[in-house]
Amino acid sequence: MFRDKKTLLMLFGLPIAQIVLFGFALSNEIKNTKIVVADYSRDAVTRQLVSKIEASNYFDIEESLESSADIQAAFKKGTIKMAVIFPENFANDLLHTRKATVQVIADASDPNLATTVTNYITQIINDYNTESGIAGIRPLQIVPEMQMLYNPELRGAPNFVPGVMALVLMLVCTMMTSVAIVKEKELGTMEILLVSPFRTIYIIIAKLAPNLLISVVNLFIILILSAVFLDLQVKGSVLLLVFCSILFIMTCLSIGLLLSINAKTQQAAMMGSLMGMMLPTMLLTGFLFPIENMPLIMQLLSNLVPSRWYFIIIKKVMLKGLGWGAVWKETLILAGMCTLLFAISLRRFKIRLQ
Amino acid sequence: MAPVITTDRLTKRFGQFIAASELTFQVEKGEIFGFLGANGAGKTTAMRMLCGLLTPSSGKASIAGFDVYTQTEKIKKSIGYMSQKFSLYDDLTVAENIRFYGGIYGMSRALIREKTDELLQELQLQGEAKTLVRELPLGWKQKLSFSVSIVHGPEIVFLDEPTGGVDPVTRRQFWDLIYGAVDRGVTVFVTTHYMDEAEYCNRVSIMVDGVIAALDSPARLKAQYGAANMEDVFYELARNAKRKAD
Amino acid sequence: MIQLSNIKKTYNKGAVTAVKDISFSVEQGELFGLIGPDGAGKSTLFRILTTLLLADEGQAVVNGYDVVKDYKQIRKGVGYMPGKFSLYQDLTIEENLNFFATVFGTTIRQNYDLIKDIYQQIEPFKDRRAGKLSGGMKQKLALCCALIHKPTVLFLDEPTTGVDVVSRKEFWQMLKRLKDQGITILVSTPYMDEANLCDRIALIQKGEILSIDTPQGIIRSFPDRLYAIHSSNTYKLLKDVRSFAGIRSCFAFGDALHVSFTGHQEEALLSHLHEKGHDDVSMSSITPGIEDCFIHLLK
Repeated sequence: MFRDKKTLLMLFGLPIAQIVLFGFALSNEIKNTKIVVADYSRDAVTRQLVSKIEASNYFDIEESLESSADIQAAFKKGTIKMAVIFPENFANDLLHTRKATVQVIADASDPNLATTVTNYITQIINDYNTESGIAGIRPLQIVPEMQMLYNPELRGAPNFVPGVMALVLMLVCTMMTSVAIVKEKELGTMEILLVSPFRTIYIIIAKLAPNLLISVVNLFIILILSAVFLDLQVKGSVLLLVFCSILFIMTCLSIGLLLSINAKTQQAAMMGSLMGMMLPTMLLTGFLFPIENMPLIMQLLSNLVPSRWYFIIIKKVMLKGLGWGAVWKETLILAGMCTLLFAISLRRFKIRLQ
Repeated sequence: MAPVITTDRLTKRFGQFIAASELTFQVEKGEIFGFLGANGAGKTTAMRMLCGLLTPSSGKASIAGFDVYTQTEKIKKSIGYMSQKFSLYDDLTVAENIRFYGGIYGMSRALIREKTDELLQELQLQGEAKTLVRELPLGWKQKLSFSVSIVHGPEIVFLDEPTGGVDPVTRRQFWDLIYGAVDRGVTVFVTTHYMDEAEYCNRVSIMVDGVIAALDSPARLKAQYGAANMEDVFYELARNAKRKAD
Repeated sequence: MIQLSNIKKTYNKGAVTAVKDISFSVEQGELFGLIGPDGAGKSTLFRILTTLLLADEGQAVVNGYDVVKDYKQIRKGVGYMPGKFSLYQDLTIEENLNFFATVFGTTIRQNYDLIKDIYQQIEPFKDRRAGKLSGGMKQKLALCCALIHKPTVLFLDEPTTGVDVVSRKEFWQMLKRLKDQGITILVSTPYMDEANLCDRIALIQKGEILSIDTPQGIIRSFPDRLYAIHSSNTYKLLKDVRSFAGIRSCFAFGDALHVSFTGHQEEALLSHLHEKGHDDVSMSSITPGIEDCFIHLLK
């Protein structure tokens, strides 16, 4: 048993990797969430509250914004997940009525995140309320008024559907492509195709094209099913979504091609796809575990995972209804990855058997 | 002496397809019985039934005195089996393989040790006890595989195309081993594609389209079909089949 | 037509030597056989000649083209049948043929007369999936696919292995007919008896060529007189002959033993065997076959 190194790696390596990952790196905890605090009142009370918020581990105050237009833009960009807004005359209201409202707006495209951060804020405010009561004064009632953006009902679907889309497309493309090519190698038909006037590039196209087609069909099926059963429509441009999806699919196809080059058996190809692609995709895309909370090294690694960028694009286009202007950066990154991977795999595609 | 293998109208059906039909024959102790036939003629199916690996659809058979329907476990303990894929573990050494198989057949450790020494000497592999099987040349692997298949001293050994692809000298050395085993009283049931090996057998049966088309000693079969060698006998029988098959 | 010079090939970074130092040539229109057991290096040679593998050392030329530099030209003009009948299991006979015709830039119709003889035998089953064919039929289909573009050179790697005797015979008849049409054919096989059907053969074992000649030439070069000895108890005969001094070689061949002597002890052996109880022993002088020669060369 100890001589079979590959199996040994799997038997011991896998559990260890899992513990390290799930124990340390991945956590559902929310820390250092980027938020915005808009203080239109700037009085003693608000300043106290703001400093409490600042002090907390959970939040990372991005900048102090003024106008609501700025805040909206920040939400659209996705740079902030929550905005806490203190209206004018906050302390005054408190003094006279002992009650005031704080506006809390949260980006609910990830409902778990939104719920958690709004809970934290509520906690902080309630603590403040209680503390003020201890001094013998009648307790304050600062009430947070919640607004959940993009996903008012806090449904899970808007978060996991994009994630599942990325996962499914990725899996189908890499696994099916790599297995199909390796199968030809195993059968021996690849040998005959190579020893023929048939240009190698056509062999590759012939293997990739069907998967491209199938994936596009899958894409539409998922979109239709989401719309019909999960009540999740595409808020933005469907055309843009399809375009970016095709880009993502092509990236995955090239990964499948790359995997097929070194895999000798169909089993190896499948394992490579699963270990090499599905696991990182699930963990580092950002739909199961927030990337912001991972150790720096994993955040950097996640930048290499194509599905991470695709996930951002889908959420922006599908949920926030944004257009080209918002996603051009991510699209460019995907395009770059796609080109690079294709270049590498085409170069390395073996025209010989060894 | 009671025959070690007896079959009576043994049949196997897969749905509508009759893989082996009404096989009836006997094999005596110490015989070398050759089981020939084209691919798809039903050889593998028949052999699997006799080894207790496949339940027949109808008919009777008894191997080493055990019934092929109700006593398959006892059958498996009393027979040896070697298939074309050699059945040895590439990652283990020669000695480890022998120990493993000895263990499967319930041999005591002392007995295994004794047999290992005997085996290694017979095959002239004394120096290779600790060599990984993967590193042995093909011919050695085959011979080792055969010896391992009879390490537990079974009455019958089933050999499924044991000499595929090996050079002529090694093939003959393999048959020397078989003769040696037969000398010790083992009955050998062998399938092969090499027609000259058919001649090494005491009796030969030729399966065509799932049925036994001929069963006799090579000498008598050649006389019967006016053939110079077994290949021509086979050709005569199989040629007619090809018009019916496929 | 085909020339190899000092070809050497190793695998696993030199750990395994598949082909040691092989040189030979095949003339145009020749039916040339590579005869040897598994592991002899036959498939490796085929892959080098069809440009699928690069040799570690040496040169090879096919049809005037170098296998390394001009591989594209070679790939256009040769027919190749790798072992294992590499066909698409899910496609029917007809679909497989059409596919390969397209891959080679031709149509079935264009070169139909070349494959007609062979194809007619499987044509009644043209709608059957390749995966469901018998070994013999797969072999015929694979041959058709390799011929579809009228190659000048045909490389057939163990086309008859695992196929029944009848189909094997038919296959070699087909090869003879193809040779008559001027196609150069390089075939490999582990079956010694098929060697006699070739124009010239190379006996190969463990990466080395033991001998190259016409089958008759190889047989003629067998150095000793060979006898076939027959008795009713073959195994006992084997032991008794081997125990006799003066035997150069003794091997079982079917129901007889092929024996050669160091001197002229034929009579002495017969008496020895009679003493041992072989009453019906017979001995006759025979012409060696390719297998006898192969065994002799192996020593």
